[in-house]
Amino acid sequence: MITYLSRRLGYALLILIGVNLFTFFLFFSVNTPDDMARLNIGGKRITQEQIGKWKAERGYDKPLYWNDKEEGSAKLTRTIVWERSVSLLALDFGRSDARNAVNIGHEIKVRMGVSLQLAVPVFILQLIASTSFALMLVFFRHSRIDFWGVVLCVLMLSISSLFYIIVGQFLFARVLRLVPISGYSGGLDAVKFLIMPVLLSLLARLGGEARLYRAMLLEEIGKDYVRTARAKGVAEHWVLFRHVLRNALIPIITSAGSYLPYVFMGSLVFESFFGIPGLGAFVIEAITGQDFAIVRSMVFLGAILYIASNVLIDLIYTWVDPRVRLV
Amino acid sequence: MGFKFVFLWTDVALYALFVALVIYVWRVIQQPALQANWKKVLHDPAALSAGLLLLIFTSITALDSVHFRSALKPTAGASATTPIYYDTRTESLLDRVLARQMAMREITYSAPMAYLGITKESLEVDGKTVRDYPRLKFGGAHLASPEREWSGDVIRRVVTGLIGGVAVFVVVLLFVGFTIRHAHGGVVNALRDIAADRTHYPLRAMAGTLMVVCLVGGVVAALMNHYHVFGTDRTGNDVLYLSLKSVRTAFVIGALSTLATLPLAVALGILAGYFRGWVDEVIQYLYTTLTSVPNVLLIAACVLMVQVFLDQHPEMFETGVERSDLKIFLLCMILGLTGWATLCRLVRGETLKLRELDYVQAATAFGVSHTRIMARHILPNVMHLVLITTVLGFSDLILYEAVLTYVGVGVDPSMSSFGGMINLARSEMSREPTVWWLFAAAFIFMVTLVLAANLFADGVRDAFDPRSRNFRPRVITTLSGRAVKPVANP
Repeated sequence: MITYLSRRLGYALLILIGVNLFTFFLFFSVNTPDDMARLNIGGKRITQEQIGKWKAERGYDKPLYWNDKEEGSAKLTRTIVWERSVSLLALDFGRSDARNAVNIGHEIKVRMGVSLQLAVPVFILQLIASTSFALMLVFFRHSRIDFWGVVLCVLMLSISSLFYIIVGQFLFARVLRLVPISGYSGGLDAVKFLIMPVLLSLLARLGGEARLYRAMLLEEIGKDYVRTARAKGVAEHWVLFRHVLRNALIPIITSAGSYLPYVFMGSLVFESFFGIPGLGAFVIEAITGQDFAIVRSMVFLGAILYIASNVLIDLIYTWVDPRVRLV
Repeated sequence: MGFKFVFLWTDVALYALFVALVIYVWRVIQQPALQANWKKVLHDPAALSAGLLLLIFTSITALDSVHFRSALKPTAGASATTPIYYDTRTESLLDRVLARQMAMREITYSAPMAYLGITKESLEVDGKTVRDYPRLKFGGAHLASPEREWSGDVIRRVVTGLIGGVAVFVVVLLFVGFTIRHAHGGVVNALRDIAADRTHYPLRAMAGTLMVVCLVGGVVAALMNHYHVFGTDRTGNDVLYLSLKSVRTAFVIGALSTLATLPLAVALGILAGYFRGWVDEVIQYLYTTLTSVPNVLLIAACVLMVQVFLDQHPEMFETGVERSDLKIFLLCMILGLTGWATLCRLVRGETLKLRELDYVQAATAFGVSHTRIMARHILPNVMHLVLITTVLGFSDLILYEAVLTYVGVGVDPSMSSFGGMINLARSEMSREPTVWWLFAAAFIFMVTLVLAANLFADGVRDAFDPRSRNFRPRVITTLSGRAVKPVANP
């Protein structure tokens, strides 16, 4: 177990360094810090002094990869790439490039809480809803319920999530006036703002996931142990819940686990449509405001969460399937 | 009048795709095994009907992918030596077909089939100023007194359209009956067999789809020259025209992006699986790094870079169309470069299995070179994975485009796309009166396209991946025709 974790940690570090270098190269190979300064200061007439000041304030006043003016190891360390990478690896996200220069680390801490309020219920309910729907289809397999259920799934997964959101908002918030259209407030009030995004999010992904889980369950149901169980006279629903579901949980967890990073990162579309100030909305603001510091921090955070959730999934495997040993 | 062809980036890529498809079809005809698999696809009614719809969308795309700029009329008295100046507007063949729809431009929003605007304006009637809904410039403009004539005119056109649609349908059906007459003993028998679904291929399902297409198409075609069938948008453009133009955008995103993933995914996947060892480690590291970055963020970052790049290099394009085209082309490349990990992983896994098989071992023993083994023995045997991933990815990317455009990193706003339409529609749903038609048009076109792509992809997957066929829902009936639930899975 410990060897497993330390090996994963080493590999994670390698990947994080790779991600960091990759995003850095991506950003700075096309535009120089001067371009970024111009973009952020805005306006038509920008003097070189203004650019210099902007760069000095944000620590962009050094060479990108190699500093000839310094001596010894400082040639490497007194550069933008080094300073930025080291601070990111130490989880110090710094301040954003925009004029108000918000503290990214603080912003992430506050907004992640909000994102989790939306994403955790979605994640759990999604798993339950999709699995139960798939179980129902499998229970009624080779019947009309199964056939039309799959047709419904295909139809649902062919509809863009944007359509669900727009129709849902229009119907429940504008016509029926059951919930507010968008917005957010803390405490218990949050429920009435979150209920619609949660439900619509469930609906938007139900088709695709139920169909996938159905295939996974059917894969298990064709195996020999199921036939043995039936031959022993185990009741069909018992076969399904005790034998098939438990074995199909491994692929289901793998597939659901791929959403885990997004539980923490928040949903881009849902948060911005419903005006929920989570991380997803933060990213969209950064993208539209072309704030590279925020985008880079979020890319890095996303990578950390991805690696962490992969380790978590591995740990869950050992719990679901006792045969799995982590080495 | 002269014109000059404009070869946009995406046009050239689509032509290349078309040539590649022709070569692929030729290969399919050559190889019995491939042919058998594709015949399985043709035997699937849903996939066949979806294929018909996709064919229609493809023809729209093809029409919209031949671009040209027409020459301007020389000014009077100009000598023959003056160079010909070309219009700054780049047109496509589809624009020519829909020239009337393009010209039917109102002032602002109007409801589908309307002859009046949706907001009241000050009008002068018999010298007095009154507040009333203004007549549209084009929608229903041919009616002298629309209050009385409108419904009659619309009904007459709908009926004409239906008759036209039925006529086209009957002609096509007769033609099909005529071609298969030998196998069915005469045209009449052939038609009877189609109706009873006794044909070799599921022609009945295809005929049903064709009938719906013909009827809907006939009605729309009969109405579209005098009314706005799907209304108009904020600047008065015909929404039907916008939707048809968006089809190409969706197609380009879906097809070119999946295509762009192939070289990297296949090459690296085979290399990793074949050589194993450190090559495998490096390639695995590359795609793990890539997948650990959230996809939208990665794409957003790349698109922001492209945006800056395009702003700094205005000399690369002559017209606005060329600029937005280059942007969508680069977007496809970005989607390709960020999306190859999944396929690469699959190809690697398959290659790991294949390289242990006897025929590869035999080739190695004969001293066949690595390159040759990979190209001749491994590549053809992972192609089914490539095909399945490509067709499955197509519809996902069309859906993805809408989200990306909403986030602001998708298609250029000057290019009509489903994402752009939804974006516009979203802000207008809260208007009074509600502007719903933009949304409805985007919904209808997008769902039809994506559903067709999904059904076709399912058909292809079932044909090429024997395992997935077990997951097909099928109703098993008893002799009395009732559905039964068998205890065991056959």
